[in-house]
Amino acid sequence: MSTFVYMTRCDGCGHCVDICPSDIMHIDENIRRAVNIEPNFCWECYSCVKACPNHAIDVRGYADFAPMGHSVRVRREEEKGTISWKIKFRNGTTKDFVSPITTKPWGKFIPKLAEGEKPNDNEINSQMLYTEPNGLNIDGKLPSVPKDTFKKGVYY
Amino acid sequence: MISINPYAALAETISPLAIQGFILAMLGLIVIGTVVQMIHHKNVTYFFNNAKKAKLAAERELGIGEKTSVILKTVVHDIATTAELGAGKRRVAHVMGMYGTILFWVASVVLVFGYTGTGTTAPTIWTMIWHVGAIMTCVGGYWFWLFLRVDVLAEAHPWYRIIKADLFVLALLACATTGLAWSYFQSSGSAGLGYLFLVLFITSNIVLFGGVYWSKFAHMIYKPGAAIQKNLAEADGSRDNLPPLADVPKQFGLGIKREQPKHY
Repeated sequence: MSTFVYMTRCDGCGHCVDICPSDIMHIDENIRRAVNIEPNFCWECYSCVKACPNHAIDVRGYADFAPMGHSVRVRREEEKGTISWKIKFRNGTTKDFVSPITTKPWGKFIPKLAEGEKPNDNEINSQMLYTEPNGLNIDGKLPSVPKDTFKKGVYY
Repeated sequence: MISINPYAALAETISPLAIQGFILAMLGLIVIGTVVQMIHHKNVTYFFNNAKKAKLAAERELGIGEKTSVILKTVVHDIATTAELGAGKRRVAHVMGMYGTILFWVASVVLVFGYTGTGTTAPTIWTMIWHVGAIMTCVGGYWFWLFLRVDVLAEAHPWYRIIKADLFVLALLACATTGLAWSYFQSSGSAGLGYLFLVLFITSNIVLFGGVYWSKFAHMIYKPGAAIQKNLAEADGSRDNLPPLADVPKQFGLGIKREQPKHY
Protein backbone atom coordinates (compact mmCIF):
# COMPACT_ATOMS: atom_id res chain seq x y z
CA MET A 1 0.00 0.00 0.00
CA SER A 2 1.28 3.42 -0.92
CA THR A 3 1.93 6.32 1.41
CA PHE A 4 -0.95 8.15 3.05
CA VAL A 5 -1.09 11.32 5.12
CA TYR A 6 -2.63 11.95 8.55
CA MET A 7 -4.32 15.29 7.86
CA THR A 8 -4.35 16.43 11.48
CA ARG A 9 -0.57 16.06 11.72
CA CYS A 10 0.42 17.50 8.32
CA ASP A 11 1.13 21.22 8.24
CA GLY A 12 1.85 21.46 4.52
CA CYS A 13 5.57 22.22 4.89
CA GLY A 14 6.52 20.61 1.55
CA HIS A 15 9.40 18.37 2.71
CA CYS A 16 7.72 15.30 1.20
CA VAL A 17 7.07 17.17 -2.05
CA ASP A 18 10.75 18.08 -2.12
CA ILE A 19 12.12 14.60 -1.51
CA CYS A 20 9.74 12.25 -3.36
CA PRO A 21 11.81 10.49 -6.08
CA SER A 22 8.66 9.76 -8.10
CA ASP A 23 7.32 13.31 -7.79
CA ILE A 24 3.96 12.01 -6.62
CA MET A 25 3.75 13.75 -3.24
CA HIS A 26 2.04 17.06 -3.86
CA ILE A 27 -0.01 19.66 -2.06
CA ASP A 28 -3.76 19.19 -2.13
CA GLU A 29 -5.54 22.11 -3.79
CA ASN A 30 -8.49 22.06 -1.41
CA ILE A 31 -6.85 21.87 1.99
CA ARG A 32 -3.16 22.67 1.33
CA ARG A 33 -1.93 19.45 2.93
CA ALA A 34 0.31 16.78 1.43
CA VAL A 35 -1.29 14.10 -0.70
CA ASN A 36 -0.05 11.17 -2.77
CA ILE A 37 -1.46 12.03 -6.20
CA GLU A 38 -0.56 8.71 -7.84
CA PRO A 39 -0.64 5.86 -5.30
CA ASN A 40 -0.01 3.23 -8.02
CA PHE A 41 3.38 4.78 -8.77
CA CYS A 42 4.56 4.82 -5.14
CA TRP A 43 7.61 2.63 -4.55
CA GLU A 44 7.06 2.73 -0.80
CA CYS A 45 10.65 3.94 -0.54
CA TYR A 46 9.95 5.65 2.81
CA SER A 47 11.74 8.87 1.75
CA CYS A 48 8.73 11.07 2.56
CA VAL A 49 7.90 9.06 5.68
CA LYS A 50 11.38 9.77 7.05
CA ALA A 51 11.53 13.37 5.85
CA CYS A 52 8.22 14.44 7.41
CA PRO A 53 9.03 16.56 10.49
CA ASN A 54 5.53 15.96 11.90
CA HIS A 55 5.41 12.17 11.36
CA ALA A 56 2.28 12.73 9.33
CA ILE A 57 2.99 10.15 6.62
CA ASP A 58 2.54 6.42 7.03
CA VAL A 59 2.97 3.40 4.77
CA ARG A 60 2.60 -0.34 5.10
CA GLY A 61 5.89 -2.07 5.88
CA TYR A 62 7.40 -4.56 3.43
CA ALA A 63 5.94 -8.02 3.82
CA ASP A 64 9.38 -9.63 4.21
CA PHE A 65 9.90 -8.15 7.66
CA ALA A 66 6.38 -7.47 8.88
CA PRO A 67 3.31 -9.51 8.00
CA MET A 68 -0.09 -7.95 7.40
CA GLY A 69 -1.98 -6.27 10.18
CA HIS A 70 1.13 -4.66 11.62
CA SER A 71 2.25 -1.07 12.06
CA VAL A 72 5.69 0.16 11.01
CA ARG A 73 6.50 3.70 11.99
CA VAL A 74 9.67 5.71 11.79
CA ARG A 75 11.05 8.74 13.62
CA ARG A 76 13.91 10.63 12.00
CA GLU A 77 15.85 12.93 14.34
CA GLU A 78 18.27 14.63 12.01
CA GLU A 79 19.86 16.73 14.76
CA LYS A 80 20.91 13.46 16.46
CA GLY A 81 21.68 11.69 13.18
CA THR A 82 19.27 8.84 14.00
CA ILE A 83 16.44 6.91 12.43
CA SER A 84 14.28 4.97 14.88
CA TRP A 85 11.80 2.29 13.85
CA LYS A 86 8.96 0.69 15.74
CA ILE A 87 7.27 -2.41 14.40
CA LYS A 88 4.10 -3.45 16.11
CA PHE A 89 2.94 -6.91 15.07
CA ARG A 90 -0.70 -7.89 14.98
CA ASN A 91 -0.29 -10.05 18.10
CA GLY A 92 0.84 -6.96 20.02
CA THR A 93 4.58 -7.72 20.01
CA THR A 94 6.66 -4.61 19.43
CA LYS A 95 10.25 -4.21 18.24
CA ASP A 96 12.24 -0.98 18.44
CA PHE A 97 15.34 -0.26 16.36
CA VAL A 98 17.67 2.73 16.19
CA SER A 99 20.07 3.26 13.27
CA PRO A 100 22.40 6.07 12.25
CA ILE A 101 21.39 8.18 9.26
CA THR A 102 25.00 7.91 8.12
CA THR A 103 28.27 6.95 9.76
CA LYS A 104 30.29 9.06 7.29
CA PRO A 105 30.78 12.81 7.61
CA TRP A 106 27.67 14.46 6.16
CA GLY A 107 28.12 15.67 2.59
CA LYS A 108 31.43 13.89 1.93
CA PHE A 109 30.04 11.43 -0.63
CA ILE A 110 27.63 13.74 -2.41
CA PRO A 111 28.89 14.11 -6.02
CA LYS A 112 29.84 17.71 -6.81
CA LEU A 113 28.14 17.76 -10.21
CA ALA A 114 28.31 21.53 -10.48
CA GLU A 115 32.10 21.31 -10.44
CA GLY A 116 32.25 18.69 -13.23
CA GLU A 117 32.81 19.42 -16.93
CA LYS A 118 29.85 20.99 -18.68
CA PRO A 119 28.50 18.66 -21.45
CA ASN A 120 28.59 19.99 -25.02
CA ASP A 121 25.58 20.06 -27.39
CA ASN A 122 26.39 16.63 -28.87
CA GLU A 123 26.54 15.05 -25.45
CA ILE A 124 23.31 16.76 -24.38
CA ASN A 125 21.46 15.48 -27.47
CA SER A 126 23.00 12.00 -27.23
CA GLN A 127 21.06 8.96 -25.99
CA MET A 128 23.85 8.41 -23.45
CA LEU A 129 23.31 9.64 -19.91
CA TYR A 130 25.80 11.78 -17.99
CA THR A 131 29.20 9.97 -17.56
CA GLU A 132 28.07 7.10 -19.82
CA PRO A 133 29.63 4.85 -21.06
CA ASN A 134 32.69 5.31 -18.80
CA GLY A 135 30.56 5.66 -15.68
CA LEU A 136 29.05 2.22 -16.26
CA ASN A 137 32.45 0.49 -15.88
CA ILE A 138 31.65 -2.04 -18.63
CA ASP A 139 34.67 -1.49 -20.92
CA GLY A 140 32.57 -0.70 -23.98
CA LYS A 141 30.39 -3.83 -23.90
CA LEU A 142 27.79 -5.39 -21.65
CA PRO A 143 29.14 -7.87 -19.09
CA SER A 144 28.42 -11.51 -19.81
CA VAL A 145 28.40 -14.64 -17.70
CA PRO A 146 29.77 -17.77 -19.45
CA LYS A 147 27.23 -20.60 -19.51
CA ASP A 148 29.74 -23.10 -18.14
CA THR A 149 29.82 -21.14 -14.90
CA PHE A 150 26.06 -21.58 -14.37
CA LYS A 151 24.96 -23.67 -11.47
CA LYS A 152 24.06 -27.17 -12.59
CA GLY A 153 20.38 -27.87 -12.96
CA VAL A 154 19.49 -24.30 -13.85
CA TYR A 155 18.64 -23.83 -17.54
CA TYR A 156 17.91 -20.62 -19.41
CA MET B 1 -6.61 57.50 11.20
CA ILE B 2 -5.11 55.18 13.79
CA SER B 3 -6.82 56.99 16.70
CA ILE B 4 -10.27 57.11 15.06
CA ASN B 5 -12.91 54.46 15.65
CA PRO B 6 -14.13 53.68 12.11
CA TYR B 7 -17.31 52.06 13.42
CA ALA B 8 -18.31 55.21 15.34
CA ALA B 9 -18.17 57.28 12.13
CA LEU B 10 -20.16 54.54 10.37
CA ALA B 11 -22.75 54.58 13.18
CA GLU B 12 -23.65 58.14 12.16
CA THR B 13 -25.22 56.80 8.96
CA ILE B 14 -26.05 53.18 9.89
CA SER B 15 -27.76 52.16 13.12
CA PRO B 16 -25.31 50.73 15.72
CA LEU B 17 -27.79 47.89 16.20
CA ALA B 18 -27.39 46.94 12.53
CA ILE B 19 -23.59 46.86 12.88
CA GLN B 20 -23.86 44.75 16.04
CA GLY B 21 -26.36 42.49 14.28
CA PHE B 22 -23.87 42.00 11.45
CA ILE B 23 -21.19 40.83 13.90
CA LEU B 24 -23.64 38.44 15.56
CA ALA B 25 -24.63 37.13 12.12
CA MET B 26 -20.94 36.47 11.35
CA LEU B 27 -20.58 34.60 14.66
CA GLY B 28 -23.65 32.57 13.69
CA LEU B 29 -22.08 31.75 10.31
CA ILE B 30 -18.92 30.48 12.06
CA VAL B 31 -20.96 28.21 14.34
CA ILE B 32 -23.14 26.87 11.50
CA GLY B 33 -20.16 26.37 9.14
CA THR B 34 -18.13 24.58 11.81
CA VAL B 35 -20.99 22.28 12.88
CA VAL B 36 -21.88 21.37 9.28
CA GLN B 37 -18.20 20.73 8.53
CA MET B 38 -17.86 18.55 11.66
CA ILE B 39 -20.86 16.48 10.57
CA HIS B 40 -19.71 16.17 6.97
CA HIS B 41 -15.96 15.68 7.49
CA LYS B 42 -16.47 13.60 10.67
CA ASN B 43 -13.62 15.48 12.39
CA VAL B 44 -14.92 14.87 15.90
CA THR B 45 -15.55 11.18 15.19
CA TYR B 46 -11.94 10.89 14.01
CA PHE B 47 -10.60 12.52 17.17
CA PHE B 48 -12.68 10.27 19.45
CA ASN B 49 -11.67 7.14 17.54
CA ASN B 50 -8.03 8.20 17.70
CA ALA B 51 -8.32 8.86 21.45
CA LYS B 52 -9.79 5.36 21.95
CA LYS B 53 -6.93 3.77 19.99
CA ALA B 54 -4.36 5.78 21.96
CA LYS B 55 -5.94 4.66 25.24
CA LEU B 56 -5.70 1.00 24.23
CA ALA B 57 -2.04 1.41 23.19
CA ALA B 58 -1.04 3.50 26.23
CA GLU B 59 1.88 2.19 28.25
CA ARG B 60 0.79 4.04 31.37
CA GLU B 61 -2.25 5.92 32.54
CA LEU B 62 -1.91 9.66 33.02
CA GLY B 63 -3.30 11.32 36.14
CA ILE B 64 -5.42 14.47 35.97
CA GLY B 65 -2.42 16.55 37.09
CA GLU B 66 -0.19 15.13 34.35
CA LYS B 67 -2.88 15.60 31.71
CA THR B 68 -3.42 19.21 32.80
CA SER B 69 0.31 19.85 32.70
CA VAL B 70 0.60 18.39 29.16
CA ILE B 71 -2.40 20.43 27.97
CA LEU B 72 -1.03 23.66 29.50
CA LYS B 73 2.42 23.07 27.96
CA THR B 74 0.76 22.41 24.59
CA VAL B 75 -1.27 25.62 24.84
CA VAL B 76 1.79 27.71 25.73
CA HIS B 77 4.31 26.04 23.40
CA ASP B 78 2.50 24.43 20.48
CA ILE B 79 -0.58 26.62 20.14
CA ALA B 80 0.48 30.10 21.33
CA THR B 81 3.75 30.06 19.40
CA THR B 82 2.83 27.51 16.66
CA ALA B 83 5.91 25.43 17.51
CA GLU B 84 4.85 22.81 14.96
CA LEU B 85 6.16 25.07 12.19
CA GLY B 86 9.71 24.91 13.61
CA ALA B 87 12.08 27.84 13.78
CA GLY B 88 11.97 30.03 10.71
CA LYS B 89 10.14 32.57 8.59
CA ARG B 90 7.01 30.44 8.24
CA ARG B 91 6.50 30.43 12.00
CA VAL B 92 7.16 34.18 12.35
CA ALA B 93 4.68 34.96 9.56
CA HIS B 94 2.06 32.64 11.09
CA VAL B 95 2.45 34.07 14.60
CA MET B 96 2.24 37.62 13.23
CA GLY B 97 -0.86 36.85 11.20
CA MET B 98 -2.48 34.85 14.02
CA TYR B 99 -2.05 37.49 16.73
CA GLY B 100 -2.87 40.27 14.26
CA THR B 101 -6.16 38.55 13.42
CA ILE B 102 -7.02 37.95 17.08
CA LEU B 103 -6.33 41.61 17.95
CA PHE B 104 -8.29 42.79 14.90
CA TRP B 105 -11.34 40.67 15.74
CA VAL B 106 -11.33 41.37 19.50
CA ALA B 107 -10.92 45.11 18.91
CA SER B 108 -13.74 45.01 16.32
CA VAL B 109 -16.12 43.44 18.86
CA VAL B 110 -15.09 45.92 21.61
CA LEU B 111 -15.39 48.95 19.32
CA VAL B 112 -18.75 47.90 17.84
CA PHE B 113 -20.43 46.80 21.07
CA GLY B 114 -18.83 49.34 23.40
CA TYR B 115 -18.22 52.50 21.47
CA THR B 116 -20.71 53.05 18.64
CA GLY B 117 -23.51 54.61 20.72
CA THR B 118 -24.10 58.35 20.99
CA GLY B 119 -21.90 60.13 23.51
CA THR B 120 -19.29 57.37 23.69
CA THR B 121 -15.72 57.79 22.51
CA ALA B 122 -13.45 54.84 22.08
CA PRO B 123 -10.14 54.94 24.00
CA THR B 124 -7.21 55.37 21.62
CA ILE B 125 -5.74 52.07 22.77
CA TRP B 126 -8.64 50.08 21.23
CA THR B 127 -8.57 51.95 17.92
CA MET B 128 -4.81 51.42 17.83
CA ILE B 129 -5.22 47.70 18.56
CA TRP B 130 -7.75 47.45 15.69
CA HIS B 131 -5.38 49.13 13.21
CA VAL B 132 -2.20 47.41 14.43
CA GLY B 133 -4.00 44.04 14.35
CA ALA B 134 -5.05 44.64 10.73
CA ILE B 135 -1.53 45.73 9.77
CA MET B 136 0.02 42.65 11.45
CA THR B 137 -2.47 40.42 9.62
CA CYS B 138 -1.50 42.05 6.33
CA VAL B 139 2.27 41.77 6.95
CA GLY B 140 2.14 38.11 8.08
CA GLY B 141 -0.49 37.17 5.48
CA TYR B 142 1.12 38.78 2.43
CA TRP B 143 4.54 37.46 3.46
CA PHE B 144 3.03 33.98 3.60
CA TRP B 145 1.00 34.43 0.41
CA LEU B 146 3.80 35.83 -1.75
CA PHE B 147 6.87 33.94 -0.55
CA LEU B 148 6.32 31.23 2.08
CA ARG B 149 3.26 29.37 0.84
CA VAL B 150 4.15 25.75 0.13
CA ASP B 151 2.75 26.03 -3.42
CA VAL B 152 5.30 28.76 -4.13
CA LEU B 153 8.23 27.58 -1.97
CA ALA B 154 8.18 23.80 -2.49
CA GLU B 155 6.03 23.35 -5.60
CA ALA B 156 7.35 26.37 -7.58
CA HIS B 157 3.91 27.58 -8.61
CA PRO B 158 3.61 31.34 -9.28
CA TRP B 159 2.22 33.42 -6.41
CA TYR B 160 -0.81 34.48 -8.46
CA ARG B 161 -2.10 30.91 -8.95
CA ILE B 162 -5.27 30.75 -6.86
CA ILE B 163 -6.78 27.47 -5.64
CA LYS B 164 -9.61 26.54 -3.28
CA ALA B 165 -7.20 26.23 -0.34
CA ASP B 166 -6.57 29.98 -0.65
CA LEU B 167 -10.15 30.89 0.28
CA PHE B 168 -9.35 31.42 3.96
CA VAL B 169 -6.08 33.34 3.65
CA LEU B 170 -7.27 35.51 0.75
CA ALA B 171 -10.58 36.36 2.43
CA LEU B 172 -8.72 37.21 5.65
CA LEU B 173 -6.24 39.41 3.77
CA ALA B 174 -9.09 41.08 1.91
CA CYS B 175 -10.81 41.83 5.26
CA ALA B 176 -7.70 43.38 6.81
CA THR B 177 -6.68 45.30 3.67
CA THR B 178 -10.11 46.69 2.80
CA GLY B 179 -10.76 47.44 6.50
CA LEU B 180 -7.60 49.56 6.66
CA ALA B 181 -8.40 51.26 3.34
CA TRP B 182 -11.96 52.00 4.50
CA SER B 183 -10.69 53.47 7.77
CA TYR B 184 -8.13 55.62 5.92
CA PHE B 185 -10.49 57.02 3.27
CA GLN B 186 -13.30 57.56 5.78
CA SER B 187 -11.02 59.50 8.13
CA SER B 188 -9.51 61.53 5.28
CA GLY B 189 -12.96 62.64 4.07
CA SER B 190 -13.01 60.71 0.75
CA ALA B 191 -16.63 59.60 1.03
CA GLY B 192 -16.79 57.78 -2.33
CA LEU B 193 -13.70 55.65 -1.77
CA GLY B 194 -14.71 55.21 1.87
CA TYR B 195 -18.06 53.65 0.82
CA LEU B 196 -16.38 51.56 -1.87
CA PHE B 197 -13.98 49.98 0.62
CA LEU B 198 -16.77 49.62 3.18
CA VAL B 199 -18.74 47.52 0.69
CA LEU B 200 -15.61 45.47 -0.08
CA PHE B 201 -14.92 45.09 3.68
CA ILE B 202 -18.45 43.79 4.28
CA THR B 203 -18.25 41.45 1.27
CA SER B 204 -14.89 39.99 2.31
CA ASN B 205 -16.22 39.41 5.85
CA ILE B 206 -19.23 37.56 4.46
CA VAL B 207 -16.91 35.42 2.27
CA LEU B 208 -14.54 34.73 5.19
CA PHE B 209 -17.18 33.75 7.74
CA GLY B 210 -19.70 32.35 5.28
CA GLY B 211 -17.05 30.13 3.70
CA VAL B 212 -16.10 28.26 6.88
CA TYR B 213 -17.46 24.98 5.48
CA TRP B 214 -15.29 25.18 2.36
CA SER B 215 -12.21 26.95 3.74
CA LYS B 216 -9.36 26.25 6.15
CA PHE B 217 -11.11 28.30 8.85
CA ALA B 218 -11.73 25.18 10.96
CA HIS B 219 -7.97 24.57 11.32
CA MET B 220 -8.11 27.14 14.14
CA ILE B 221 -10.28 24.67 16.03
CA TYR B 222 -8.94 21.23 15.11
CA LYS B 223 -5.20 22.04 15.00
CA PRO B 224 -5.04 22.86 18.74
CA GLY B 225 -7.07 19.68 19.40
CA ALA B 226 -4.64 17.62 17.30
CA ALA B 227 -1.63 19.14 19.10
CA ILE B 228 -3.11 18.26 22.51
CA GLN B 229 -3.90 14.71 21.38
CA LYS B 230 -0.37 14.28 19.95
CA ASN B 231 1.33 15.43 23.16
CA LEU B 232 -0.96 13.33 25.38
CA ALA B 233 -0.08 10.32 23.20
CA GLU B 234 3.65 11.08 23.66
CA ALA B 235 3.18 11.33 27.42
CA ASP B 236 1.19 8.10 27.88
CA GLY B 237 3.61 6.09 25.70
CA SER B 238 1.17 5.24 22.89
CA ARG B 239 2.82 7.84 20.60
CA ASP B 240 0.54 6.93 17.66
CA ASN B 241 2.74 3.80 17.35
CA LEU B 242 5.84 5.94 16.75
CA PRO B 243 9.17 4.78 18.23
CA PRO B 244 10.46 6.58 21.32
CA LEU B 245 13.02 9.37 21.01
CA ALA B 246 16.43 7.91 20.21
CA ASP B 247 18.94 7.41 22.98
CA VAL B 248 21.92 8.29 20.82
CA PRO B 249 25.07 6.19 21.00
CA LYS B 250 28.23 8.24 20.40
CA GLN B 251 29.34 6.20 17.39
CA PHE B 252 26.29 7.40 15.48
CA GLY B 253 28.26 10.47 14.48
CA LEU B 254 27.19 14.00 13.77
CA GLY B 255 23.64 15.11 13.24
CA ILE B 256 22.57 16.98 10.15
CA LYS B 257 20.70 20.20 9.53
CA ARG B 258 17.42 20.03 7.66
CA GLU B 259 17.29 22.20 4.55
CA GLN B 260 14.32 24.24 3.38
CA PRO B 261 12.08 22.28 0.98
CA LYS B 262 12.83 24.28 -2.17
CA HIS B 263 14.75 21.93 -4.45
CA TYR B 264 12.11 21.71 -7.16
